[in-house]
Amino acid sequence: MATDNYQGHDYYLIDELLTDEHKLIRDTARTFVKKSISPIIEEACQKSEFPKQIVKGLAEIGAFGPTIPQEYGGAGLDYISYGIIMQEIERGDSGIRSMASVQGSLVMYPIYAFGSEEQKRKWLPSLAAGEKIGCFGLTEPDHGSNPNGMVSNIKDKGTYYLLNGAKMWISNSPIADIAVVWAKDEEGVIRGMIVERGMEGFTTPETHGKWSLRASATGELVFDNVKIPKENVFPGVKGLKGPLSCLNMARYGISWGSVGPALDCYDSALRYSKQRIQFGKPIASFQLTQKKLAEMITEITKAQLLCWRLGVLMNDKRATPAQISMAKRNNVNMALQIAREARQIHGGMGITGEYPIMRHMMNLESVITYEGTHDIHLLITGMDVTGISAFE
Amino acid sequence: MKFLVCISHVPDTTTRITFTPDGKAFNTAGVQFIINPYDEMALTRALELKEAQGGTVTVINVGLAVTEPTIRKALAIGADDAIRINAEPIDALFVANEIANVAKNEKYDIVFGGRESIDYNGCQVMTMVAEFLELPSVAIATKLDVNGTSATLEREIDGGKEIVSVNLPFVVSAQKDFAEPRIPNMRGIMSARTKPLKVVEPTNAIKASASVAFQSPPAKSECKMISAEHPEELIQLLHTEAKII
Ligand SMILES: Cc1cc2nc3c(=O)[nH]c(=O)nc-3n(C[C@H](O)[C@H](O)[C@H](O)COP(=O)(O)OP(=O)(O)OC[C@H]3O[C@@H](n4cnc5c(N)ncnc54)[C@H](O)[C@@H]3O)c2cc1C
Repeated sequence: MATDNYQGHDYYLIDELLTDEHKLIRDTARTFVKKSISPIIEEACQKSEFPKQIVKGLAEIGAFGPTIPQEYGGAGLDYISYGIIMQEIERGDSGIRSMASVQGSLVMYPIYAFGSEEQKRKWLPSLAAGEKIGCFGLTEPDHGSNPNGMVSNIKDKGTYYLLNGAKMWISNSPIADIAVVWAKDEEGVIRGMIVERGMEGFTTPETHGKWSLRASATGELVFDNVKIPKENVFPGVKGLKGPLSCLNMARYGISWGSVGPALDCYDSALRYSKQRIQFGKPIASFQLTQKKLAEMITEITKAQLLCWRLGVLMNDKRATPAQISMAKRNNVNMALQIAREARQIHGGMGITGEYPIMRHMMNLESVITYEGTHDIHLLITGMDVTGISAFE
Repeated sequence: MKFLVCISHVPDTTTRITFTPDGKAFNTAGVQFIINPYDEMALTRALELKEAQGGTVTVINVGLAVTEPTIRKALAIGADDAIRINAEPIDALFVANEIANVAKNEKYDIVFGGRESIDYNGCQVMTMVAEFLELPSVAIATKLDVNGTSATLEREIDGGKEIVSVNLPFVVSAQKDFAEPRIPNMRGIMSARTKPLKVVEPTNAIKASASVAFQSPPAKSECKMISAEHPEELIQLLHTEAKII
């Protein structure tokens, strides 16, 4: 990729709603992305390799569990800071943001919220420091949008549980030291547990051939009579609300995160359209290009306001899951549309690795599907406003 | 060891510079400010020395309250404490005098700064500070190592490099290559919240100069693109339009 000349865009002066510390956190994350992600991301994606060398740097900028209290190794920041960090990382690449979201929201958060004191002390500090990597196993080959139908299960064997089943589409699985896994007990109640690499019968085959999130490692989790010590099961939660509350955290992060690639695509398209001359003029002077650019910044601005307001509600513990669904759905879709329009503005150059556009576009095809598909989030809003569920 | 690092608060290097309608001042609306890059290199080297041999790093800035986010960033990067002299930094002599007034009571081993601040590029403050403190001054250094009570520095000179040895205490201004600036980490940002930032009033030293007006350079004239396949067009234009060949 060519040099990263990214500059933020703030059409409605939303920065004035941020604190100096928020801006310093953003500045830090942005500098990290320019220095450590942009120079290597194109090659990592082309080779379909997770760039492990950036994990330590991600930990240093607070990407792993920024809202987790400092006593457990987190940064104890507010939700707006968390959103800002996710946005800057995803501006670099959605795959890297996915890795960080999983680590923070889907692994550290459930350990913090539902884990025993020993589980928290044992795992959180090393996850926050990036010394250990985690993954989150909810989706199964036959149960994606409907996780409640899962068949992975545990049987009480007195001193331990016996875990059987398989999970699919699991981000970080091939590189993870631990997996937070959701499986049904003998009463059919969903329970959460920590499965450690090295436990007998536990394997993590990698999923190859992705055209999206190529810098993020994805794989399966296969459990063949894995003995899970009882102290690895979360004492604090039973039922689907366990995994769903994790997804809320991650979806909130995605709402902010997805504005990152939208800004990057807009920023690149704006610059390119002023430099690219056709018919003797910069292509930015044509009305059709201006329409694209004007609509992009309008949609970005709306999404930024949605993020900020949702962040305030999260800080006040008032954000509802349906509000988070609305922001996730709107912002990811917005980013994907902008990536497509930006690609057109870049003409043929838009399909090359010289520009980040095509990579963002392909990444966003996963982001619009995982953590609840675009349609499922629409149905959540539908259910919220009508009181009637249309997906069961 | 006690280190003092002078930092100035300057527009980000990508800022598009405009002036107020009367042409008398720089228009700061919408401008993002940063630690002057040369000062940031100086700060980084001071921190490296502190980490290697112990000591404290204090940052000092002459500026109004708007510069505090920049000072907090220096604290987040790792400075131990900060002093802000509450005055508009309009004139180099004034700034140097105010810094020296604070520095003289503290007996710093090294006073660091940048070769120039990238806003007005005066290149004067650090040598003036040295003069006011009656200390040796090494300007525009690319490297600094401390060995006990003396230091070895490198300076770029025409066609080569000069190695300078100086006894502590002294004043140094940093040039590119002095150190590789660091990104503050989250722990640094969190601890910057509570590090001391002392505000002192200026002694109102004399101001030796004032800017009367600013002018932007003339706008670039239009650029004509000529296809690489047709160099003869270029020759033609240089001949008939530019009339230089
Ligand atoms: C790259 C990547 C990484 C992932 N990482 C993880 C991870 O770390 N952990 C994890 O647990 N999972 C992960 N997932 C899985 C992801 O969450 C699921 O893919 C997602 O929930 C959709 O499930 P599915 O793929 O089985 O699609 P399906 O549920 O089969 O959906 C297929 C289509 O049917 C639609 N549909 C389904 N039900 C309804 C309905 N009731 N009404 C209307 N339309 C419906 C959907 O909207 C979609 O368009 C990841 C996925 C990808 C692609």
